[in-house]
Amino acid sequence: MKGRLHSIETFGAVDGPGIRTVFFMQGCPARCLYCHNPDSWGTDAGRDIDIDEVVHWAVRGMPYYGDNGGVTFSGGESLMQGEFLIEAMKALKKEGIGSAIDASGTYVDEFTDKAIETCDLVLLDIKHPDPERFKIITGRDQETLLEIIDIINKHDKHVWVRNVVVPDINDTEEDIEALNEFIKRIKHIDKIELLAYHTMAVEKYGKLGITYRLKGVPPMDGERLEELRKLVKYPDDNQ
Amino acid sequence: MRKEWEGFIEGNWTENIDVEEFIHLNYKPYDGDASFLAGATERTKECYDRVQELLVAERKAGGTLKVDASRIMRINAFEPGYIIPGKDIIVGLQTDEPLKRGICPFGGIKMVREEVAEYGEKLPEEIDRMFDYVTTHNDGVFKAYSKEMRQVRHLGFITGLPDAYGRGRIIGDYRRAALYGIDYLIEEKQKDHELIASRHVMNEENIRTAEEVTNQITALKEIKKMAAAYGYDISGPAKDVKEAIQWTYFAYLAGIKEENGAAMSIGRTSTFIDIYAERDLARGTYTEEQIQEFVDDYILKLRVARHLRTNEYNELFGGDPMWITEGIGGVGMDGRHKVTKNSYRVLQTLYNLGPAPEPNLTVLWSKQLPEPFKRFCAQVSIDTDSIQYENDDKMRPSYGEDYSIACCVSAIQMGQQMQFFGARCNLAKILLLGLNGGIDERTGEHVGPQMESVGDGPIDFDEAWRRFNIYLEWLMELYVNIMNIIHFMHDKYDFERSQMAFLNSEVKRLMAFGVAGFSVAADSLSAIKYAKVYPIRDENGVIVDYRTEGEFPKYGNDDDRVDEIAVKISERTIEELRKHPTYRNAVHTLSVLTITSNVMYGKKTGNTPDGRRAGTPFAPGANPMHERDSHGAVASLNSVSKIDWDTCQDGVSNTFSITPAALGKEKEDRTTTLVGLLNGYFDRGAHHLNVNVLNRSLLEDAYDNPEKYPNLTVRVSGYAVRFNALSKNHQKEVIARTFHQHV
Repeated sequence: MKGRLHSIETFGAVDGPGIRTVFFMQGCPARCLYCHNPDSWGTDAGRDIDIDEVVHWAVRGMPYYGDNGGVTFSGGESLMQGEFLIEAMKALKKEGIGSAIDASGTYVDEFTDKAIETCDLVLLDIKHPDPERFKIITGRDQETLLEIIDIINKHDKHVWVRNVVVPDINDTEEDIEALNEFIKRIKHIDKIELLAYHTMAVEKYGKLGITYRLKGVPPMDGERLEELRKLVKYPDDNQ
Repeated sequence: MRKEWEGFIEGNWTENIDVEEFIHLNYKPYDGDASFLAGATERTKECYDRVQELLVAERKAGGTLKVDASRIMRINAFEPGYIIPGKDIIVGLQTDEPLKRGICPFGGIKMVREEVAEYGEKLPEEIDRMFDYVTTHNDGVFKAYSKEMRQVRHLGFITGLPDAYGRGRIIGDYRRAALYGIDYLIEEKQKDHELIASRHVMNEENIRTAEEVTNQITALKEIKKMAAAYGYDISGPAKDVKEAIQWTYFAYLAGIKEENGAAMSIGRTSTFIDIYAERDLARGTYTEEQIQEFVDDYILKLRVARHLRTNEYNELFGGDPMWITEGIGGVGMDGRHKVTKNSYRVLQTLYNLGPAPEPNLTVLWSKQLPEPFKRFCAQVSIDTDSIQYENDDKMRPSYGEDYSIACCVSAIQMGQQMQFFGARCNLAKILLLGLNGGIDERTGEHVGPQMESVGDGPIDFDEAWRRFNIYLEWLMELYVNIMNIIHFMHDKYDFERSQMAFLNSEVKRLMAFGVAGFSVAADSLSAIKYAKVYPIRDENGVIVDYRTEGEFPKYGNDDDRVDEIAVKISERTIEELRKHPTYRNAVHTLSVLTITSNVMYGKKTGNTPDGRRAGTPFAPGANPMHERDSHGAVASLNSVSKIDWDTCQDGVSNTFSITPAALGKEKEDRTTTLVGLLNGYFDRGAHHLNVNVLNRSLLEDAYDNPEKYPNLTVRVSGYAVRFNALSKNHQKEVIARTFHQHV
């Protein structure tokens, strides 16, 4: 069985707990305004990878994982390759390696349920709590996000909530309050991460000949983000 | 038992010189965290500020503040000097003023003449004339070199040889001065001398050793005199922690007063000193704050040590290093770790006195180090970029629990071994020479065995490998012979009496060979094997470039196809070296370490089949070539970890730069990640890691605005430098290295 791969990062320290081997899978249905991997959108680009190769790279990283590291499937939207993910995660489990799925919440299909059930952790990007603005940011309907949350809760999976904060798009106190409200529907939240929007991908867009739609929007100010972080609230009944 | 030893557990060490056993029986492992540490006292700050002023003045003066060529550096050549008279609590400087440099001519008078001329000074006539009659080490070597030896030297096949300057890399066990006092050491040396001089056969070795021991005894007497000039009687053992530091430092100081060896490690002093600190804390002799102040002042003294160098020398070993390497931590043979409170205190100096390249603080990493200490080290790395890590679990089985690090990465058993330093040969050039059948690609000179140049290609891998091995075989024989000459002459004309006085009279010797251009050679052979490589010739038929078609695996991506070539190169090199007998039966060892000579070696090497352009710097040490390690940090580290330390017992150096953001989002996470990275890397069996946690943009800014970054310290290759002290070319190379970052 083959998957489609964008790239491998053998040292991921910011995509889930511990040191992780990150597989960036190729292909994404969303077209987020601030996407920093536009080269991972198309399903034709990238290269093939089989389960053996996934296991090979993951095993090479084992001495670095410590107690809580492992593998993260990111993208693109890795759930577009749910069937491959399921097989890969099963093979990794045999080696004693845990897996996280980094999900954009913009895609669900018949393999999603099983994929979520098989993984150990979900990094869930909440693009925006408001359906209208979710659509503006991603170009997709928010329903898929709600569906994924249901699946996650059904399987009692733990979640790292992530939210990219962009100036003038979702950087107000009201935005954070809305986020606090929205994530109450997730049963187990281990961590909530507000990530700063940055402009380092602009050059990539130029090279790919894609128009960058957030032109002129400055990178998110670090101090302001710190203030917003203080407003983040874990749900009261969080388990 | 002597009264200075009261409270210590007795053993063999009370009857014979055995510092290792003294430590083993008396040290107290510390499992706690850094919360006990004391900050800098007012006095420390005052002395530190004075040193900062001097460093600024030194930089403004172009790197060297003052030169005194009026006399030859000997143990008692200068009157006592102080950072601030009356304020120093650990005393002793090389000359009578901090940062003032003197001359050490016995390694080579030519070099001294150049140095002195570069700084607009003049040698006094009587010194100048003296060398009409006195042979230096440098004179001796060149009297013995063959034509071919000179040729491989000037073409850059072997470079940086210690044939014109002090060889260094000798580490006296300076702790002996503190534990036993000088008088006892003299008595023991006298006994050794009588034993050796009374042997039935007075062969060359015995005669030489007997003379050497006599010279050591003279040095020991002079060291007592030096201490007396500073108001200390060091004929007996040190009685408390302050004296233990002072005695140890005096012993070390004598060595750097009269020897300008390239690398002058101090050894492994921190846990030894801790035994005295613990006794004083228990007795109430000194407080934690006072002990930290002694340690701070000791380290401050080491920071102002200097040697006079030529511009040519600085091109090889950039940044004005002394390699005052101190090994910290490690584990004992009984499984108890050797981290003590004093291991923390020494690292704490990087906060109390700010980041600095010297002393070259080296953490001897083991799985068994206590977790709080691992975290503290990682934190210090992230905050200061001033420390390096070496794998104690790898070295301990071969070197025991009381070894230390000579220079950057070379293990030596304390008190029992010495090293013959041997710079390095250029692997990339050996490959090019093989393909050209014995014609140097840069000059067209014929050198080595002569054969037809390789065909028009694509070059067959087996043929390239065969040729590489023919020329490796030829050069390694020459290399061993060159080293034999160098160390014969160094022993004869520039014997390090004051350092050797703190070693056993009959030491075991290691002969340390080295390689440069390691990743370039591996990638070039990989290109030949996995892509199609066609030679491009000049009008004389000499191959001066290569056309490489197709992709090939590159070292640094955890890809066995090329990593196995790299491993094979290291194995073949040591095999060839071992075929040839060494001077004084030294054991052959090999390092993959370049210091900053990777820039100079690159300059002397033409275009290579991996696509590297002529003159471009090599990667340092065993590093993957700049930016070719594209699969992330773990893959890069895993490639380097395949180079077996048992093949390269003189060390496998890897310098690693990572951005803070790539280590994690928050401070605590970054520390955890770095600990995990070190655990994983060393668990893979790797040997050494220099860690820099910084952004490339910071270095670029420091390149343009040096005055903004007076204390910016970076690890370059087994040692650290003040970034400003590097030449612009060396700075550019450091900036061009891979920075592992978050994508």
